[in-house]
Amino acid sequence: MFKSLSLPEFLAKIDPVKCIKCKRCINNCGWSVYSWGGDKVLIDTFKCVNCLRCYHYCPEEAITILDNPVKYRKNANWGYYNIRNLKKQADTGGIPLTGMGSDMPYPVLFDSLLIDACQVTNPSIDPLREPMELRTYLGKKPAKLEFEKAKGGKSKLKTKMPPQIKLEMPFIFAPMSYGSISLNAQKTLAIAAKELGIVMNTGEGGLHEDIYPYRSNIIVQVASGRFGVNPDYLNAGVAVEIKIGQGAKPGIGGHLPGEKIPLDIAKTRMIPVGTDAISPAPQHDIYSIEDLRQLIYAIKEATNYTKPVSVKIAAVHNVAAIASGIVRAGADIVYIDGFRGGTGAAPSVIRDHLGIPIEHALAAVDERLRQEGIRNEASIIAAGGIRSSADAAKAIALGADAVALGTSALITMGCTVCGKCYTGNCSWGITTQRPELTVRLDPEVYAERLINLIHAWSHELKEILGALGVNAIESLRGSRERLRGVGLDSHTLDILGVKPAGR
Amino acid sequence: MPTTQVEGIAISPLLWRYFVKPLTEKSEREVANLEDDDFVVRTVMKINSEIDGAYVFSSGKNMGAFKGVGNPGEIARFFKIEEYDGYIWTGHTRFPTNTPGWWGGAHPFTLLDWSIVHNGEISSYGINKRYLEMYGYKLTLLTDTEVVTYLFDLLVRRHGLDIETACTALAAPFWKNIDDMPNDEKEEMTALRMIYGSALMNGPFSILFGHSKGLVGFNDRIKLRPLVAATKGKTVYMASEESAIREICSSPEKVWSPRAGEPVIVELEI
Amino acid sequence: MLTIDAKGIYYRDLNQKVREAVSKGEKEILLKNVNGQYYIATGLRNEATITIEGVPGNDLAAFMDGPTLIVKDNAQDNIGNTMNSGKVIIHGNAGDVLGYGMRGGKLHIRGNVGYRVGIHMKGYKKQIPVIIAGGKAGDFFGEYMAGGMLILLGLDSSDKRPLVGDYLGTGMHGGTIFIRGGVDKKFCGAEVSVHELTDDDRTLLEGYLTEYCNDFKLNLLDVIKVEFKKIIPTSLRPYGNLYAY
Repeated sequence: MFKSLSLPEFLAKIDPVKCIKCKRCINNCGWSVYSWGGDKVLIDTFKCVNCLRCYHYCPEEAITILDNPVKYRKNANWGYYNIRNLKKQADTGGIPLTGMGSDMPYPVLFDSLLIDACQVTNPSIDPLREPMELRTYLGKKPAKLEFEKAKGGKSKLKTKMPPQIKLEMPFIFAPMSYGSISLNAQKTLAIAAKELGIVMNTGEGGLHEDIYPYRSNIIVQVASGRFGVNPDYLNAGVAVEIKIGQGAKPGIGGHLPGEKIPLDIAKTRMIPVGTDAISPAPQHDIYSIEDLRQLIYAIKEATNYTKPVSVKIAAVHNVAAIASGIVRAGADIVYIDGFRGGTGAAPSVIRDHLGIPIEHALAAVDERLRQEGIRNEASIIAAGGIRSSADAAKAIALGADAVALGTSALITMGCTVCGKCYTGNCSWGITTQRPELTVRLDPEVYAERLINLIHAWSHELKEILGALGVNAIESLRGSRERLRGVGLDSHTLDILGVKPAGR
Repeated sequence: MPTTQVEGIAISPLLWRYFVKPLTEKSEREVANLEDDDFVVRTVMKINSEIDGAYVFSSGKNMGAFKGVGNPGEIARFFKIEEYDGYIWTGHTRFPTNTPGWWGGAHPFTLLDWSIVHNGEISSYGINKRYLEMYGYKLTLLTDTEVVTYLFDLLVRRHGLDIETACTALAAPFWKNIDDMPNDEKEEMTALRMIYGSALMNGPFSILFGHSKGLVGFNDRIKLRPLVAATKGKTVYMASEESAIREICSSPEKVWSPRAGEPVIVELEI
Repeated sequence: MLTIDAKGIYYRDLNQKVREAVSKGEKEILLKNVNGQYYIATGLRNEATITIEGVPGNDLAAFMDGPTLIVKDNAQDNIGNTMNSGKVIIHGNAGDVLGYGMRGGKLHIRGNVGYRVGIHMKGYKKQIPVIIAGGKAGDFFGEYMAGGMLILLGLDSSDKRPLVGDYLGTGMHGGTIFIRGGVDKKFCGAEVSVHELTDDDRTLLEGYLTEYCNDFKLNLLDVIKVEFKKIIPTSLRPYGNLYAY
């Protein structure tokens, strides 16, 4: 009988001449691809996910990971994943799971947008020598500033500013719960956020006591599972986020199986050890927009109106109207997670076929809020496939106040976007709770890499601003005049509010 | 509109001047609940955006705009400028930056009693425009300078900011400097930047903002365009170059260059 | 000596007259009633002294290589742009972006100067460009400075403005700035450091200041009785770590 009728995706190979039998590959592989055969390393290539941990830790460069040359017969209609998933379903009767954002080749509109630059009529600004400001505040802004006469005839600020999240640069780390990622991965995000003057987000898994010291750089999340939520938790960070949906799995919930709930996670989530941590698809106290308002204000009451409340939604077809409702319901921040957004685990049928990309959603939401004259009432965070500072700049020009980085941040920790987060075997110690794997991720060391990334992106953003002849990020925010579309049809251009290149 | 034939100005649009008053009965207006000024602004926007080929150059009670395509001296003669008296004058000649010169696109840009002349380019035009559109302004004149006029109208007339605060919002101090301010001022400036971020005028500019009670000169926050001010007796002069001031006042008592973003606010003595 | 009344003369005609006179060997020229004419002595070579009455326009002495200009009044922007040698003496104030990319020669200004003065000034071989301003300066003084010498004196303290603006020496990677009375570190760019003067610095500085004081009939002792501070770049390659390879 056969092992499986689905083909292995990769072939792990060891050059027997170069191999010194040090067994580092065996120790490093979280998927047990390698084992010791007495005189040589044995390879179970069915298990290989091409995460490259073994490759980087092989001192002799003896390992190569190849795409499996054995393929199903080429067929433009029946592609590899169609056949493989179908066979897996035939094997198990289950729903194929996947991790990270969709890898399907839908067009990425960021790649069809180009940014303006100054030549002569307006000068560019030298970003290295002249001031360039990226500071961003997230939260509700009053429509206007008011003063009142104080004693002695001096005018005094009358406007009370609603609470804001202060970011030194328009980046935040996307919500990723303890459970979906390791505590060390969360610590890495927290250390970097503090050092950079930005924020990370707990996700829905509660707040571990080790993360408490970073509370002024943390958004705490309230999702349908309400894990770890109590008044202390709500007040622990700089803002509270209500999670309605996620770009990778709009409209569905999730569950962290009981076998992945050891003591520490159970404590953080405030549930018994070994029980399933179920996040229902809806929040059962939100069946309407009025209910959302009720929860927003319940949180504002519980935090004495000192924290902005963010509402995170997946980008879906009617996102503009939904976002408008969310703002009218009192949210201070709308977090829009696009179709390509990441996940720790999602059914691939959902991830690859539901929702809309962030570019369309962001453009539609920003424009709708402006048409309704309420754009100042809430900040917009754009997420779901921000791969570079260029993507960030384009998102900001389309109307985002800040962008959220999930996958990009994990890549600095060693992630290769292998998409197997849901297995809990991450060799890099990121999306796993196995202590022998998580110990590999030293938060201090990897935070440095993450800080490097954000510094580099900030420099790049400043270069872009300088080329645009402006020296503050708010002069790019929503400035679609500075974008042009290449090869986009007129409907898409219309939705993006962008002119075609050459016009 | 009284004009005269001038050699060098072969073609001019049909120029009409009306002395009008908003309908006194508000109920007879297209939108009943608007104040006079808002009604005038709305009507100007409507004409500019909806009537093909028609533009309002000037809509003030105590302000006139004379503008066109041609040599400045010719334009002045064309409009018989010598027949007018005024207590504030702004003059401007423009190298059309990004668009061919056209009569509506010449400076000043005016609305009600506000007038703007501008040297430079507003690199933040894209977001300034979208910000203003949220408040019902329609930007139809194909030029960046238009936003300045409307921003002043929004901030000063509709939001009630004093002129100095409005200038500070439009050419705001850097965060670095705000962070060093005493607490009260820091709070005020932080709020100002948060609320008026989309109104921040970025890019190189020096601007003269005239209104019925005074004149304001200011430039961008890193001084990418020049501005010189001078006084003699009770008269104040401002220009991009000192020699321009000397041309009409050969020996001013005081001449200075204002710092970046620091407005020179001149109030009329009544 | 040749005297030209510049009143109402178009800049191109005025500059043509000056160029012709200098090429014919005229050593002394007086320009009267100048007001706003651009490019005076721009690209001009040879030894000649041109005295200017009135306010000359922008780009005075741009690319100039040799002559001496004496401006009796204020002057405007972009003076000494990419100047190679020669000297400009201004008895009044001067504007923004003075001595941009200046490679040699001297710019002596009695009064205040504007923004971005001495920007990207550079020395080359034996050429050391020098700008000395007697009053106060705006922001970005010595921005990207790559060589030469910038000296700011702050002799008149009647107005309340600080002696020198913000972002002093930002991007500086060569040359020296001397500030009479010193400067608060928070106004300095990230790429520079502030130092006490050495004896060699003092000798060098006094040499330059002696000439400056002669030009404006000032007493050197009054000028040097106040302590100077020296600002120099911390690195010749401030952006060596900015890029990834």
